[in-house]
Amino acid sequence: MTKNTIIQKPKKDRMFWIRTTISAVILIFLYYIALTTTDLTYRGSTLSPGALLQRLFWNPFFDDAVLEKVPEYIAYMIETLAIAYGGAVIGAILAIPFGFLAASNISKFSYIGKWILNAIRAFPEVMFAIIFVAAVGMGPFAGVLAIGINSIGMLGKLYSEVIESIDMSVLESFKANGAGRLQTIWYGVIPQIIPEFASYAIYRYEIDVRSSTVLGVVGAGGIGTPLIIAAMQRSWERVGMMLMIIIVVVSVIDFISSRIRRRLV
Amino acid sequence: MSKQKNKTSVDNGNIAVFHSKTKVTITYILIIVIGLYIASAFYTEAYPNLIIAGMPVVIDFVIYDFFPPNLKYISTVMKALIETWNMALLSTTLSVIFALPISFLAAANINKNKVFYQIVRFILNIIRTIPELILAVLLVAFMGIGVISGIGALFIFSLGILAKLISETIEAIDPNPLEAIRATGANTIQVIRYAVIPQILPQYTSYALYVLEINVRASVILGFVGAGGIGIILKQQTSLFNYGNVSTIILMTFIAVTIIDFVSSRVRERLL
Repeated sequence: MTKNTIIQKPKKDRMFWIRTTISAVILIFLYYIALTTTDLTYRGSTLSPGALLQRLFWNPFFDDAVLEKVPEYIAYMIETLAIAYGGAVIGAILAIPFGFLAASNISKFSYIGKWILNAIRAFPEVMFAIIFVAAVGMGPFAGVLAIGINSIGMLGKLYSEVIESIDMSVLESFKANGAGRLQTIWYGVIPQIIPEFASYAIYRYEIDVRSSTVLGVVGAGGIGTPLIIAAMQRSWERVGMMLMIIIVVVSVIDFISSRIRRRLV
Repeated sequence: MSKQKNKTSVDNGNIAVFHSKTKVTITYILIIVIGLYIASAFYTEAYPNLIIAGMPVVIDFVIYDFFPPNLKYISTVMKALIETWNMALLSTTLSVIFALPISFLAAANINKNKVFYQIVRFILNIIRTIPELILAVLLVAFMGIGVISGIGALFIFSLGILAKLISETIEAIDPNPLEAIRATGANTIQVIRYAVIPQILPQYTSYALYVLEINVRASVILGFVGAGGIGIILKQQTSLFNYGNVSTIILMTFIAVTIIDFVSSRVRERLL
């Protein structure tokens, strides 16, 4: 028997400890500020959680006034879906030039494209909605514009990543065969990128459906408007009914969309 | 149509690039996409020509009503921004802590109980369909107006995202270390501690920062329903049509979000 050797962990170098200390100090500072300046008082409510959940998810089925309103809510939900669709289509089309502009293998000014797309993504969607509602008035039209512009940021970034990953040797062989620039793009680039582009556009539609339910709060149309009014009136039966409609519709859309995306890519 | 026929016929000297069946499918898909778009345009009255005509109105509005931003308002906005950031930070911290055990339950290679696994997945899917604003509405009803309901709403909202991302990472890890540690007689907790955690730690941290970015953006809207943060003053100033102040809020939020995104994406790049 030889002497037992214990395998030692490799020692961390000094840089590691310096970095860890600095990060820890920053984190402690941030948490100190967060915990001391935030007003964390619990104000409570007159409703117990159980009673509220019952009013939200159980009572609506037995309340005639709420059941009467169901077709109206479904119409609002369809409007929400239409806003998201209109916005997603606009976004998906407008994102194409931005995607090409931001792709480093196609564009010479890819940093400009990347900068624009980052700027759009840093804008919270509700701010777009506020600007468009103020500019073109309340209603679904403002919602379509807000969602369309907001979608460009994410879609343009994903598109540019797809374009950057295409097989350039295919393009070369097209060029070697004497294809013009347009022919190269049509036969060489488009078939390579279409499935991914479509898949991302559909994925973005899922996100847009969620955001357009929210944008009604600032007057951009859709089911958000009646929802927020009902919530302000503390009419939890109506809120619960709309919430259930949203959950069901969003789940169905997510399911269909993930099925389509699985077949595409 | 005639052009298409020419392309498919080999007699013409051309070889079809796309299969004719593919062409039919693509045509159908295009018809459906365009048909749905027309339906949606009718429903929302957002016709393409109106959109093109509307853009100058929007640009004029931004130039004439939003500029100049009201610089005297900066200190008020700063206070609200810090509150928003604190909400995002605290809620992310909570969800990072709670998402870890949940994501082990939602990972098929750790949680071997099929039924329990499906139940956890189902609940996470339901949580993710609820928009954050509606969570805030519900939590304001539960806990009253204030920052605490905003933190709660963001916590639940990001818990759904984070648990899904982490559980997918866990499902994709290398199974060999798991087996090796299990073979030495380790129980589930020890397997997680010595085989899973070291493998997922970089992604775990990276997703935590990613969720922090999402929460910063999501927290902007929560004030609209009384759940704290910058949304409160944003709503107030918008309904007063005080666009100088609104533009200060928007610009400062934009700068803050950009800085947070930049720092976080730099850190994430170094982690992975």
